[in-house]
Amino acid sequence: MTLLTVENLTVALPQGGDRPHAVEGISLSISAGEILCVVGESGSGKSITANAVMGLLPRGLPVTSGAIGFEGKDVLALSPEAMRRLRGSRMAMIFQEPMTALNPLMRVGDQIAEALRVHGAGADAAKRVPELLAAVNLPDPKAIARSHPFRLSGGQRQRVMIAMALALEPTLLIADEPTTALDVTTQMQILRLIREIQSRRGTGVMFITHDFGVVAEIADRVAVMQRGRIVEQGPAAEVLNHPQHPYTRALIAAVPHGAPDSRPQVTTAPVLDVKGVEKTYRRGGMFGARAVVRAVHDADFILRRGETLGLVGESGSGKSTLARCVVKLVEPETGTIAYHGTDLRPLSRNAWKPFRQRIQMIFQDPYASLNPRRKVGEAIAEGPITHGVARGKALAKARELLALVQLDPGAMERYPHEFSGGQRQRIGIARALAMEPELLIADEPVSALDVSVQAQVLALLADIRERLGLTMLFITHDLRVAAQVCDRVAVMQRGAIVEQGPTAEVFSAPQHPYTRQLLDSIPGRGWTPPAV
Amino acid sequence: MRDFWRRFRRNKGAVVGLLILVLVILLAATAPWLFPGSPWDMAAAPFMPPGEMDMLLGSDSLGRDVAAGIAHGARISLLVGAVSTVAALCIGVSLGAIAGYLGGVADDAVMRFTEFFQTIPSFVLAILLVAIFTPSIISVVFAIAIVSWPPVARVVRAEFLSLRSREFVQAAEVLGKTRLAIVLGDILPNALSPIIVLSSLMVASAILLESALSFLGLGDPNLMTWGFLIGAGRSVIRLAWWMSVFPGLAIFLTVLALNLVGEGLSDALNPRLARQRGGAA
Repeated sequence: MTLLTVENLTVALPQGGDRPHAVEGISLSISAGEILCVVGESGSGKSITANAVMGLLPRGLPVTSGAIGFEGKDVLALSPEAMRRLRGSRMAMIFQEPMTALNPLMRVGDQIAEALRVHGAGADAAKRVPELLAAVNLPDPKAIARSHPFRLSGGQRQRVMIAMALALEPTLLIADEPTTALDVTTQMQILRLIREIQSRRGTGVMFITHDFGVVAEIADRVAVMQRGRIVEQGPAAEVLNHPQHPYTRALIAAVPHGAPDSRPQVTTAPVLDVKGVEKTYRRGGMFGARAVVRAVHDADFILRRGETLGLVGESGSGKSTLARCVVKLVEPETGTIAYHGTDLRPLSRNAWKPFRQRIQMIFQDPYASLNPRRKVGEAIAEGPITHGVARGKALAKARELLALVQLDPGAMERYPHEFSGGQRQRIGIARALAMEPELLIADEPVSALDVSVQAQVLALLADIRERLGLTMLFITHDLRVAAQVCDRVAVMQRGAIVEQGPTAEVFSAPQHPYTRQLLDSIPGRGWTPPAV
Repeated sequence: MRDFWRRFRRNKGAVVGLLILVLVILLAATAPWLFPGSPWDMAAAPFMPPGEMDMLLGSDSLGRDVAAGIAHGARISLLVGAVSTVAALCIGVSLGAIAGYLGGVADDAVMRFTEFFQTIPSFVLAILLVAIFTPSIISVVFAIAIVSWPPVARVVRAEFLSLRSREFVQAAEVLGKTRLAIVLGDILPNALSPIIVLSSLMVASAILLESALSFLGLGDPNLMTWGFLIGAGRSVIRLAWWMSVFPGLAIFLTVLALNLVGEGLSDALNPRLARQRGGAA
């Protein structure tokens, strides 16, 4: 039975946008008990599609043509009041950011009870709330119902959101990137949960994602969106293994994949030898309990000349803190950070200065890592100028570097906001390279980028590393990226390195249970993208 | 820049405010030609109501021209407003920058020092300072600057605290730039918008403070100011209302204009917030 049909839907964008329509002429359908994945990069119109179905489009984005049918009713013709009754009871939505979607001042149980009450089913709320929380596999539902959202972890909050969405047993569930903000292990649990609930209750699910791994994990059917249009639609196995449209092919080719090839062991002299570094954060004091977080401990590693070491782990595992300790953005309490035999940790700001040229860093967020008020050319040249290179020479060098990172030299005179995320990340890379460093620290350099841009930036990094003979410390939460980039990986959990070794070895024969768990959680593990 | 002007224009009140402000500045600039001679000179019989004996806004108890007093007073009021704001900004921005950028003990020390100033009623402190240093334009400016820097320090500190942890500042650290270069080159330019908005409002409150001091007779005795005009007219307000009303109106319009401009600047410098406000209306 077809639950939802969207026919030829077109939603206009306000004038002055980069295209006239947010979505244009899209048609799709979802049957009961089916999971449709809508895949696309940022700005492709996938969230607009979901919001149109829910009747939640902002005022500035009117539906100009097309029809949306849900359980035989024309959704677009319904009054706001009828639409409101439909939302929550017949169709429900879960959002990307579970923290912002829950009211921070209300107990979790009360929020679910409220959802029931709004639709006139509040009478048996006391009984239903623990049942619902149990249904989403939350331990101790009674205690969870009494707690406020901030007491729960990201994954738990997302479960609460799912429980709330399922409270009135809707026939259609719309999930807008529900696992994007979560760690891989949590993501896998949530994906399994959605799959299980969907098969148990026969709910139709519209699952919006940008990640083909997730698609491979959960989808029955797939719709691929590009710039507001559906370019390809079909059964999951068909689209994943025999993509037809060039855009789908490009997206699938860009997914980092494949088993890591075994690379020759690097036995050159160590560049960086980190031993016994510890960083502890203390909160509170005077009154109340002191919270002590051991951000980094037991995390020794050696980085040899010309090799790339991956630091992988989930959020809060201390991988970024460890990397920041190396460049003194964070000052550890103990330990030695030996760079070619010199301990960097006790050095003063001035004594550090010569090493700034040798050790450089690339940051995660391309939108935050460039000074918005400085022209690109100046931003790239300012490092060398600080270290005494003549201004004209530094600017000439910046021009060369822009060519190296495949940007137009005209970019010199422009400001960062005129560039896309991928282009900005290239500028960030050029800024780091301007210092002619020996050691490059890359802190999640591609995690804020779309998958096709991510592939380009990774290729650029690999090319530059090869050409300039860089040593690299590569921090990532994405094991698929690590497998592609790193010679060796070190897996971090709660501030400590629990396992390290050559990438191929760690991936094929993980020793530590946590590594095994991480590897099992890679979405779409059973799917090998076809060579296209 | 054109973009900025376009956003500023969207706020109608701000454009009106800017217009008033430009008129007041013009009045101040052309005062020596519009009203040649000293505003302290007797120009007509005392207590002439507006319109009589060529007195546009009447004359005061000693026969001085009120209109000339307002025009010449505008120069002093604007000057005091601008100079004391610049002085307060110098103190506030440097202290706020030190507190926000260095954090830790420096932050604690600077902020306790700032709070010390905030706990003293600012007008009482200003009176006290002027009384100690004998009333003169310099002591008035000094007193106003001393009582109005703490809010600047707090705003700048908050901006620096949030900007300091941004990745582009960390990138500058990794490049090995000096602390001063980072503060002046990377953080301060990005903290300018709230400082500009705040300073337009500070000029307004400085003008009010100066008027209040002059009203109490604590202004520079050699300079004609709006507050002095009101103070001189208050004892005869039932006899000659124009002596207090017109200078009062001048203060009111100027302060209102500065506040409107401040709001317009705030909208133009934070386009995202302005758009939300516009969307909600």
